[in-house]
Amino acid sequence: MQSYTIYGINGPVVTVKGGRGLAMMDMVNVGDEALIGEVVGVDGDTTTVQVYEETSGLMPGQKVVSQGAPMSILLGPGLLHNIFDGIARPLSVIADRSGPFIHRGINVPTLDLEKQWDTTVLVKEGDTLRPGDCYAQCPETTLITHRCLVPAGVSGKVTKVLPSGSYNVEETLVELTDRLGEVHALKLAQRWPIRTPRPMAERLPIHRPLITGQRIIDTLFPIGKGGAAAIPGPFGAGKTMTQHQLAKWSDADIIVYLGCGERGNEMTQALDEFSELLDPKSQQPLMNRTILIANTSNMPVAAREASVYTGMTIAEYYRDMGYHVALMADSTSRWAEALREISGRLEEMPAEEGFPAYLASRLAEFYERAGYVKTLEGKEGSVTVIGAVSPQGGDFSEPVTQNTKRYVRTFWGLDRALAYGRHFPSINWLTSYSEYIDDLKPWYDQNVSPKFMADRQRIFTLLQEEEQLLEIVKLIGSDVLPEDQKLVLDTARLIRVGFLQQNSYNIIDTYVPLEKQFRMMELILELYDGARKLLERSIPLSQLRATGIFDTLSKVKYEVPNDHQERFDGYHDQIQAALRQVDEANR
Amino acid sequence: MRLEYMGLSELSGSLVALRGVQGVAYDETAEITLQNGQRRYGRVILIDGDRVVLQVFEGTRGIALDNVRTHFTGEPIKLPLSKEMLGRIFDGAGRPIDDFGELYPEECRDINGSAINPVSRHYPRSCIYTGISAIDCNMTLIRGQKLPIFSGSGMKHNELAAQIVRQARVGEGEGDFAIVFAAMGVKNDTADFFRRSFEEAGALQRVVMFMNLASDPIIERILTPRCALTAAEYLAFDKGYHVLVILTDMTSYCEAVREFSSSKGEIPSRKGFPAYLYSDLASLYERAGMIRGRPGSVTQVPILTMPNDDITHPIPDLTGYITEGQIVLDRDMDQKGLYPPIAILPSLSRLMKDGIGEGFTRKDHPDLANQLFASYSKVQDARSLASVIGEDELSESDKQYLQFGKAFEQLFVRQSMYQRRTINETLDLGWKLLTILPKSELDRVDDATVEAHYVEGAWKSVLSELDQ
Repeated sequence: MQSYTIYGINGPVVTVKGGRGLAMMDMVNVGDEALIGEVVGVDGDTTTVQVYEETSGLMPGQKVVSQGAPMSILLGPGLLHNIFDGIARPLSVIADRSGPFIHRGINVPTLDLEKQWDTTVLVKEGDTLRPGDCYAQCPETTLITHRCLVPAGVSGKVTKVLPSGSYNVEETLVELTDRLGEVHALKLAQRWPIRTPRPMAERLPIHRPLITGQRIIDTLFPIGKGGAAAIPGPFGAGKTMTQHQLAKWSDADIIVYLGCGERGNEMTQALDEFSELLDPKSQQPLMNRTILIANTSNMPVAAREASVYTGMTIAEYYRDMGYHVALMADSTSRWAEALREISGRLEEMPAEEGFPAYLASRLAEFYERAGYVKTLEGKEGSVTVIGAVSPQGGDFSEPVTQNTKRYVRTFWGLDRALAYGRHFPSINWLTSYSEYIDDLKPWYDQNVSPKFMADRQRIFTLLQEEEQLLEIVKLIGSDVLPEDQKLVLDTARLIRVGFLQQNSYNIIDTYVPLEKQFRMMELILELYDGARKLLERSIPLSQLRATGIFDTLSKVKYEVPNDHQERFDGYHDQIQAALRQVDEANR
Repeated sequence: MRLEYMGLSELSGSLVALRGVQGVAYDETAEITLQNGQRRYGRVILIDGDRVVLQVFEGTRGIALDNVRTHFTGEPIKLPLSKEMLGRIFDGAGRPIDDFGELYPEECRDINGSAINPVSRHYPRSCIYTGISAIDCNMTLIRGQKLPIFSGSGMKHNELAAQIVRQARVGEGEGDFAIVFAAMGVKNDTADFFRRSFEEAGALQRVVMFMNLASDPIIERILTPRCALTAAEYLAFDKGYHVLVILTDMTSYCEAVREFSSSKGEIPSRKGFPAYLYSDLASLYERAGMIRGRPGSVTQVPILTMPNDDITHPIPDLTGYITEGQIVLDRDMDQKGLYPPIAILPSLSRLMKDGIGEGFTRKDHPDLANQLFASYSKVQDARSLASVIGEDELSESDKQYLQFGKAFEQLFVRQSMYQRRTINETLDLGWKLLTILPKSELDRVDDATVEAHYVEGAWKSVLSELDQ
């Protein structure tokens, strides 16, 4: 084996001399503490390595050892209900080893190697297995059954098999002999290089929404399972809040929450909260379906660059088992900045705003790993990606936001002005869009109501009309508008306050099923239509306002519990009563 | 044996390079001795084979290529620590500059610190009462939080910070308070102002001060907050103090980082700041927090002056992305003589939601805060309309908002530098002011809460105060 030594050090970038044997993207151990790094450049006998840990204390002449394989992580049972750093080291184990502060050079395996899993082996000697076939399974948490699939590129006849029982992740359960006579050992865990997308049988069109229980998302700007969305917003606009809400309530089977260059306290909060909160469907703690990955803003920047791939690989791994996975990345801008920082240290030629020229292609590679697929095994699974973007100065024209926009089909633009008015979620309905509306219409027609999409369009149109009217109101006040335009303003206000605003701290309002969202829309439109009829008879809107019906409807969201939707009937009666009262007063 | 390298091979700005160096580690400290016996300190920032680049903290004035000897200490920069630091004054690099001589350290620690493991963090939930209504009600400061003050030159951020220091209270019997004060590139007057106000509050024995004044070397300025936070972590997590860290002025700090970066010839990013400014700031701000199973806490109140009052400038921008909220000061309010000139709408405390309400402050606190924000944001709409069509033409409801806005600013936000309102006084006052608006306008509060706190006409008694 060739030996390599450190030649130069500049922050996380280390140059290595001693031969030509190192390949691009190989994983290496650097220095006496065996810090983990990755080869990012080869030039003659000089190799450039980015190190995923603090490099202070490294000296020229210390040895560098190649792992002979690209950066890969161990995948298997035990990922769920856990929190990892950017290169998939379990933070709780690191805490046991080094106390509350993270020290470097702690090489711990991703998974607990001792833990015994109650495994059912599903194959017998003589079976022929192909990539993607399931050979064993074990209950990983109360919610998720972990299914072990034959890795890509491996196939053959089962020549040796263990009976079902308790095993740790390192025991060989099945031996597979391929055509060339080579024996492959299949265990509960397998390794996969993080930068390589995991294979699938084929991509399927997106046809089901990811239901999030957030009205503005599900109704106005839905995202399909297997889709990609971006949430850009200035600080304080509620990106993290929105991501947390989605992680808590969306109907994915598994959530991978990636805290990329963000606050430590937020990860702690997610960990605490997800352990306490119960999943609305199964009444199990949310952590049972969640994997947290934390590279907080003060952790090494090179590991930040790797963390998004770690998260994506884990998401794909569960997708292959036939699960619907949602990956929340908060925030992709920090990842792009990590790219920029490392690119600067490598002295590459910068493109726009100092970002490397390959920013767009890296973003594309990442978002294109999302998708609704038929797995190698023939099941359906999906990875939905929701990436927060933190544009500098809240300016959406900067490179990360612009390049992200090219590869996502749902865009939830957060707005500083809405956040200042404490309108949450502060998703601006005029700048946001979803390209999945047409793909998802059949599903909504079938599963909610055929009227759903038509109602959505009407609500949306009212909001747009309001925007135009507000331009006029800014100049002359609302009193001088004609009555029908006043009605548009009042209805739009009702939509904003009573429908779009959603209080995540209110037990009833924090998660709203589609059925209820639809009925809320119906109520608002019923009032609007009824009021229009009154106006046609030249009855002033102020009379209807005086009945207080607008205020009543704006609080429906707090008053109708999700499991008591029959209470909506009472509101229909109230609307009709109010309309009748005004009607009769003018007879 | 003390190994020394004679002379230098290159010299540029605050950087010097040596050739033929063996066995030197990245980030280690070096002592540079000049011919006249003067000693300076430096840090290894680049190793390329046998060439080593050092940054010299005190600057390179008087250094020539052949008049110095360099000795590598084999260690990163460490700060001597002891409980005796309380009441002492240090320079920007952590050397005592008062008359009490050297510190006898209990231990020495790397000033760069290490990241707190998110698993080991204790999520902050207990609030610090500052006695300032706008802060306590609308952007509650939580122990273990980092809540910066975004200000501009000439505004009263120092006074506000001093008032927070004077009035901040934690609950009874919850441990001792200590203050770590780091001055980075501030004027002599400002440093003196803080020293006097600590004295006034009788707090001088609980304060550790690190002083890098405007005329001190900029490389040292880069060390100042790191020294301060190392001291704060030590006092909090080893000695159990609740430490409030005041860092002022972060703008000078960032400019020092920029100056240093450009002297290294790095590729600049926005406004000439280096691309790693975010990571650099994060390595400071993230050192706030609490740790499971340890008694103390580190709360940070960094102060920064927004160049040209521009909140989208990289310094406030990056800071806002890292810190847990911000207190923004407003030029207009300041010019009107309103103290504290806190701009309510852009200010925010991200941690308050979990540290207020039932069991913490008062059950109605979250609703009230939310409603005050929402109503006050409508005041802005009414004001801009009034400026176009005149106040007389406004609708009745818009007029009520104008009245509410004025009362809110003059009675709720405004308070004297020495006035301390309890949380109950603050919340009750908030409810009274809300009664200027009709009940139907309170759309952020459920009906039961409104019924419990909304007393028709309660505002009249408060407003008469305003007339006086």
